[in-house]
Order: sequence, then structure tokens, then C-alpha cells
Amino acid sequence: MKILVCITNVPDTTAKISFTDGDTKFNKAGVQYIIGPYDDYALARAVELKEQHGGTITVLNVGEADSEQQIRKALAIGADDAIRVNCEPSDSYFVATQIAHCAKEGGYDLILMGRESIDFNSGVVHGLVGEMLNIPSFSPVMKLDVAGNVATFAREIEGGKEYLEATLPLVLGCQEPIAEWKIPNMRGIMTARTKPLKVVEPVAVAEAATLEKYLLPAPKGAVKMIPADDVEQLIKLLKTEAKVL
Amino acid sequence: MAVLIFVELDNGQIKKTSLEAIYYGSEVAKMQGASATVLAIGAANAASLAVAGNFGASKVLHVGAAEFQTENAMAYASVLAEAVRQENADVVILPKSGLCDAMSARAAAKLQASVVSGAVDLPDLSNGFRVNRAIYTGKAFATVAMSGAIKILGVKKNAVAPVETTATAEVVAFNPVPNTGDFAAKILSQEKATGELSLTEADIIVSGGRGMKGPENWQPLLDLAHELHAATGCSKPVSDLDWRPHHEHIGQTGIKVAPNLYIACGISGAIQHLAGVNSSKCIVVINKDADAPFFKAADYGIVGDVFDILPRLTAAVAASK
Repeated sequence: MKILVCITNVPDTTAKISFTDGDTKFNKAGVQYIIGPYDDYALARAVELKEQHGGTITVLNVGEADSEQQIRKALAIGADDAIRVNCEPSDSYFVATQIAHCAKEGGYDLILMGRESIDFNSGVVHGLVGEMLNIPSFSPVMKLDVAGNVATFAREIEGGKEYLEATLPLVLGCQEPIAEWKIPNMRGIMTARTKPLKVVEPVAVAEAATLEKYLLPAPKGAVKMIPADDVEQLIKLLKTEAKVL
Repeated sequence: MAVLIFVELDNGQIKKTSLEAIYYGSEVAKMQGASATVLAIGAANAASLAVAGNFGASKVLHVGAAEFQTENAMAYASVLAEAVRQENADVVILPKSGLCDAMSARAAAKLQASVVSGAVDLPDLSNGFRVNRAIYTGKAFATVAMSGAIKILGVKKNAVAPVETTATAEVVAFNPVPNTGDFAAKILSQEKATGELSLTEADIIVSGGRGMKGPENWQPLLDLAHELHAATGCSKPVSDLDWRPHHEHIGQTGIKVAPNLYIACGISGAIQHLAGVNSSKCIVVINKDADAPFFKAADYGIVGDVFDILPRLTAAVAASK
């Protein structure tokens, strides 16, 4: 089985978000980058599937050179080789086009990624890639098994779960609890250094959505504390001041 | 030029977030001097769909065929693309949801459209087409210029405050041809909690954390939720420990909510949890630890024992009605 796992290189979930250059650039200073948490779940499940069924895992990142630390981590966790499409991942359509292009060349049985990136939260790349490749796509997938060329999986739906069965190839957007995150071991880290990482240039895409400016939300006002023995006051404030009851 | 708005149905009624999407789409149509048409898929009677008119739509395309009764993002995306072509729509509006994200993605690839998910206010059409969207899980926003001939927008809850009128919309049957490839997956089974208020639709959410001390202690929280007609949520540790089902998990890697009122009981307020609730209009935090970080993100706070406060709060809500 050939698995493609697409990863994003994103600020850690606890990172302080700020901007520079007149709010046109993300301020990377002091920010720790990680593999997107949802992508990390997808990668972990890919490694488990490879252990069960054999095959190969290729990790793909659409991103600039500073992504390579995360790509090496993915190789250390268990991917066999990597592709980096050398560009800034600015727009979903653009990113999906790059993934679809690489996927066509590789002929993968499963294309896994997170349900969404945690920087832009669009949750559309898996669907775009599926349609571009003319194969089914599903998200968010929280359980996945493969037998032969058939995948059985659970998808979260509003208020519950749906169990599905479909023939490979598929594109799946993943989330917990599809697998436990994996931490690379020393052997993994050593071998990752010599695993192949191919850097390719992006294919041309007509620019469809351009990010022009960042904005930060207005600062939150101070919390109003209410004595524990006066819950009636809270109800009153919620009705008359906040007007939410 | 036309604006097409996709709506989600719940038991034949247009969902609240979808009504907001209709109003959003109608306002865009007004700016463009265009018409606003709604697309509804699934069982519904004409009167329930005509409500779309109250929110500014002039026409509703209704797909009632049996093949489309079960929610299917790929099939719905094909229907949406066909409706866009038939209506010659250049702007497509969907409420942001799991189904709509998947639909908008596949429809965007079919139509080679610009797609932006998470719009938080109406677009600026004064010089092009610009819209503000939420990024970094609600911790920031970005202004995005959309340049495709067709633009697809996923709109977040509370992006607009709809003004209702008594106008109604004409409901027209729409009969798209099912595409067999869209039905490639077989549904083996579904587990769905019935009678629960949906977290993404709810105006009020009462949520519990590890401070609730165990699944057997949830009743006072459920009582308050019941009294407030609220949905119930929980923090990640609570769903990881299986105290509550996974679909109640609110946070960075769970559901992102945007209610008018969010009441957090015994949740300390890890940054990953805050990321899921920062779009709430008003946040109330109840925690016995006065130093809990959640108080910094709250509008109102009570320091005290949740098991003492919750029943009294429920009684106070009942008394205030």
C-alpha cells in the first residue's frame, strides 16, 4: 500500500499570534513550529497501517525551507521519503493543486491529512484534492482500517458517528482518536537524516484568493467577579448587561 | 449575476446558522443588484422553505429526490455546482460546518472557484471583493481579496445579525441528475444522539471540565443546561477520559463554538480550550481556583465549588422566568 501523508508546518497551539510589516506578515520571532496536530494523527495512523500491511509512506509538505525540521520529524516517526513543494502555502486552492499534482505522479492508495490546518482552519484541502483527482474524499475521519483495497472508517457527524466503507484510492481528512500521536525514537531520528527529501517547484495556479492584511481581535475587557453566594446577580447581569439571556 | 445560498435542514426546517447565511447572501445580492436564491436538499415542505424569504431570498430551489435524502457531501457538491451553473451564480454562500466545508471544497474544484472558509463579516465590494475571515482558530483575522469569477464563502455563525421581514420566497423543485461516483461509499451504520441540541447551532452552551470530578457528577450541569435550553459540551481531558462522548469535545482539536453565552464549569482554561470558545459573545467561568487562567478570558466569573453553585444557578434561572 502506498500512502501519502500531507503535513502542515504551523505555529504551536500555545503560540502568541502577532504580525509585522504593517500587519502584512506573521511574526515568526520566538514562535515554536510543529506538525499540524491533525496531520500528526494522520501520520500516526499511516505508520500503524504500514506496520500491519507493509507498503510505503511518503510525506508531503507545501511550504518553505523552514518546514524541513517538521518534515524530518515525520520521517523520524516512520515515513520513508518526503516531498516539499517549495512555496508559501497561501491559499487552499493553490495548496490543493500542488498536492493533487504530486499525488497524480505518485499513484497513492491513500492520501491522508488533517481535517484542517490550525493556522487557517479552512478544512477544504482534502475535498479540493479529492475532486481534482476525481476520487472520493471524507472528513473528519476518526477511525480507519484497511483490508485489501477496501477501507472501513468512522466519520464524525453532528451529534455522533457514521461508519462507512469505500474502495481505495481515497482522500481522508483525519482527527483524533484515529491514532495516538507518535514520538520519534533515537533510531528513527538517526535514519531520518538520510531518508530522501525531494524539493520540487510549484506548478502554476491562477491566484484565486490573496491574503492582504492581518487583524487582531479587540482586547477583552476585564472579568467581572460575582460573589459565590449571589448567583442571582449573575442571572441579572446576563439579562440586563450582557443581554444574552 | 446571482447569489446562491446553500442551507442545511434539520427535520425539514432550515437551521438557524443557515438562516443567517441566507441573510448574509441576500445582503451581498443587494450590494451587487443581484437576486438571492436558496438551495435546499432533503425532505421539507414548501412552507418551511418559504421562510427563506423572511431573510431576503426570492427563490428556493428544492431537491426532494430520494437519492439525496441522506447527507452526502460529494453528491451535494455536485448538486451545488449544477445549481450554480443553472442560476449563473457568481457568489455562493454556505454556513460554516463540516458538511459545508466538504461541499464547498468539491464544488470549488468543479467550478474553479475562489474559496474562503470562515468569513466573519459582510464583504467589501467597493474595489474588488474583500472579506475578513477568522484564522489561527479565532485568535486573529485576515482580509482576503477573492479574484475568481465564482466566489464561494463559508460564513461563520454570528457574522451578521439578520433583520427579518414578512416576505416569502417562491419554492421551485430542482431535479439534478445523481452522479454515481458521488455514491461510492457505503454507509454501514450511524450512531447519533437524538433530541440533543447541536453545539454549533446552540445559543447557550454549558460545558464541564475535570473539575466535575467524574461522569457520575454531570447531573447538576445537565439540569442547568436543560433550564437554559442549552447544549452541553466538555473539555478535551473529559472526552479523553470518556466521561462524555467525543462529539461534545470543544477546543482546538474538537468543535469550535460561537454561542451567545458559554458557561464553563470546572474548566481551567488551557489555551487549546480557549481556541474553541473565543468566538463566544459572553463567557461565564465557574471554578474553585481563583487563579484559573480561564477567568482572564471571561466576562463574568464566580470563584467557588461547582457542585454548590450549579444547583443554585439552575434555581435562579427558573425563578427569573
